[in-house]
Amino acid sequence: MAIGADWMSAASFISMAGLISFLGRDGSVYLMGWTGGYVLLALLLAPYLRKFGKFTVPDFVGDRYYSQTARIVAVVCAIFVSFTYVAGQMRGVGIVFSRFLNVGITEGVLIGMGIVFFYAVMGGMKGITYTQVAQYCVLIFAYLVPAIFISIMITGNPLPQLGFGSELNDEPGTYLLDKLDGLSQALGFSAYTEGHKSMTDILFITAALMVGTAGLPHVIVRFFTVPKVADARKSAFYALVFIAILYTTAPAVAAFARTNLLSTVPGKAYVKVDAWVRNWESTGLIAWVDKNADGIIQYTQGAPFTGKPNFVDSEKGPHGQRMVTNQLSENSNELYIDRDIMVLANPEIAKLPNWVIGLVAAGGLAAALSTAAGLLLVISTSISHDLLKKSIQPNISERKELLTARVAAGFAVLVAGYFGINPPGFVAQVVAFAFGLAASSFFPAIIMGIFYKQMNKEGAISGMVAGIVFTMGYILYFKFINPADNNASHWWFGISPEGIGTLGMLLNFAVALTVARFTSPPPENVKAMVDDIRLPEQN
Amino acid sequence: MGPMATHDPEHSYWRGNLKYLSILLIIWFLVSYGCGILWVDQLDKIRIGGFKLGFWFAQQGSIYVFVGLIFLYVLWMNRLDKTYEASKNDHTSG
Repeated sequence: MAIGADWMSAASFISMAGLISFLGRDGSVYLMGWTGGYVLLALLLAPYLRKFGKFTVPDFVGDRYYSQTARIVAVVCAIFVSFTYVAGQMRGVGIVFSRFLNVGITEGVLIGMGIVFFYAVMGGMKGITYTQVAQYCVLIFAYLVPAIFISIMITGNPLPQLGFGSELNDEPGTYLLDKLDGLSQALGFSAYTEGHKSMTDILFITAALMVGTAGLPHVIVRFFTVPKVADARKSAFYALVFIAILYTTAPAVAAFARTNLLSTVPGKAYVKVDAWVRNWESTGLIAWVDKNADGIIQYTQGAPFTGKPNFVDSEKGPHGQRMVTNQLSENSNELYIDRDIMVLANPEIAKLPNWVIGLVAAGGLAAALSTAAGLLLVISTSISHDLLKKSIQPNISERKELLTARVAAGFAVLVAGYFGINPPGFVAQVVAFAFGLAASSFFPAIIMGIFYKQMNKEGAISGMVAGIVFTMGYILYFKFINPADNNASHWWFGISPEGIGTLGMLLNFAVALTVARFTSPPPENVKAMVDDIRLPEQN
Repeated sequence: MGPMATHDPEHSYWRGNLKYLSILLIIWFLVSYGCGILWVDQLDKIRIGGFKLGFWFAQQGSIYVFVGLIFLYVLWMNRLDKTYEASKNDHTSG
C-alpha cells in the first residue's frame, strides 16, 4: 500500500481530474499513461530489480554496466526527475493551505514547505512507510466520498464509474456525457468526448508518459523493501488495484465537475455567483476580467489574458472583483480558472456539506505530503549514497552520510518550494521534461540490462547520452529558446515536446544496440549477474 | 545452443517468462494504444449506455484490463516458479 500511496501523488489526487476536466478525451493520455506505465514497471522492471537486491536505480545501472560514468548519468536523471516531481507536490500542498487557511498561494506553499521538511528530514524511510499506509486510507476515502455523493446527486447511481455514463436525475432520458458535450459546444468549447490533438501526438505522449512513469525512481525503490521476488510481483498487483480505484474515479469526477461548472457559472452576474468562485478568487486561482463591462461572467474557449493572473490589491473592480494587470486577449472569454482547483472546489460547487470539503482537503494534503516525502528520500539518498559514497568519497562515515542526506533533503525542499511559488506554468513544462528524460535515458538502459545480456557499457552510455541530448534539445528549443514555434506545423512528425521522449527512447535503443555490436562484450561476471537476476530465488 | 540447453531448467524458466511477457504486453498494447487511441473513432460509433465505447476504453476499460494483466502475471509466474523448483531438483538429483 505504501507503493500505492507514493504513486498517488498530489498530481493524481488534485491535478489529474482537473486536467481531464479541461481536456476531455485528450486527458485520457494521463490515465492510460500512468496506469499503463505501471504495467511496464510491474512486468519488466520490479521483479528483476528486486532480485538484484541493491538499494537504488543508479546502483543497478552502475553495477550492470560496470561503470561510474553510467552510475553518475543515472544519478543526475534520478535527481532531476525527483525535483520536478517535488515541485509539483509543493504546489499541491500550497493550494490546499491557501484555500483552507485563507492565505495567498505563496504563503500556502511556504507553510507546506515547513511541514514537508519536518516530516521527511526528521523522520526516515520507516516512518514514511508506516504513515503512508494511513495516508493511503485517508486519501482514497477522501476521494471516493464526495465522488459518490455527487454521482448520486447528478445521476442517482452510487458508483461514479457507472454514474458518468448514466442518465441525469433532473432530465431523464439525457445522458450526462451528452449533456456535457452539448453544454461545451453551446459555449464555444469543443465536445468533451472528442479528441483535438492529432493521433500521432496522442500516441507519442502516451508512450512517453508510460515509459517515463515506469522509470520513476521513487516508486521503483519501494520494490527493494519487500522480502522476495514473488512478493514484489504480488505487491505490484495490490498497488495497481488501489491505483485503479482512484484512476477510474478521476474521469468521473472530471465529468461531474465540468458539468457543474458549465451549468452554474457562465452567463451569471458576478455579484450573484456562488460563494466558491469568490473564495477561490481570493486565493488568486480564479480571476475574472469584465471585458465587455456588463457585470456578467462570459466563459468560452481561449485564455482570458496572457499568463497567470497578476493581481493589484490597491483597488477593486466596480463589482468588487480583484483586478489584474495582465495583457487581455482578443477573445471574449473573461474567466481564468486554475485547473488544479477542480477536485478541491468540486464539492463546494455541488454544495456538499462542509465536512466533505474538509475531507477532500485532508486527502489532498495526505497525497502531496506522502509523495513529497518519498521523493525527498530519493533525492537525499541519491546525493549521499550514490554520488558521495559510491562515487566521490567511498570511505565516508555513516554519520556523515546521514548528515549529507538531511542537508540534501533540506536544500531540495527549498528549491521545490521556489518552483511551487514561482511561474507555475514552468512546473508543468518541466514535468514534461522529466518524463521525457526518464523515458529516453533510464528505461532503455534498465530494460536492456535485464533482457539483453550482450549489452555493454559503451552501448548503454552512448544510448543514454544520445537519448537525453536529443530529448533535451528538442524540449529546450520549443519550450524555452523558441516558444513561438511551439505548434504542430513546426514539430517533427507532428510530435509535441511532451511526447518527444518516446522518439528519444527509440533513438537510445538504436544507438545502444549499434554501438554494442562494434565494441567488446561485457565481462563474464556481469553476464553471470544478468543470469542470476533472471531467476527466482535459489533455496 | 544444443538440445541440452533447452532442457536445462534455467533456460526453460526464462523462455517461459518471455512467453508470458509477450502475451501480456500484446494485450496491453492492443487495449491501450489500440482501443484507446488508434481505433477510438471507430469504437466511438458503438454506444453502451451513456458511454461511447472508444471513450470508455480510454478512460475506464484500459485500466480494468491492466489490473487483470498483472493478476494473470502473478498467477502464471508463481506457477512457473514451482515448475522451475521441481525440475531443478530433478536435474540435480538425476
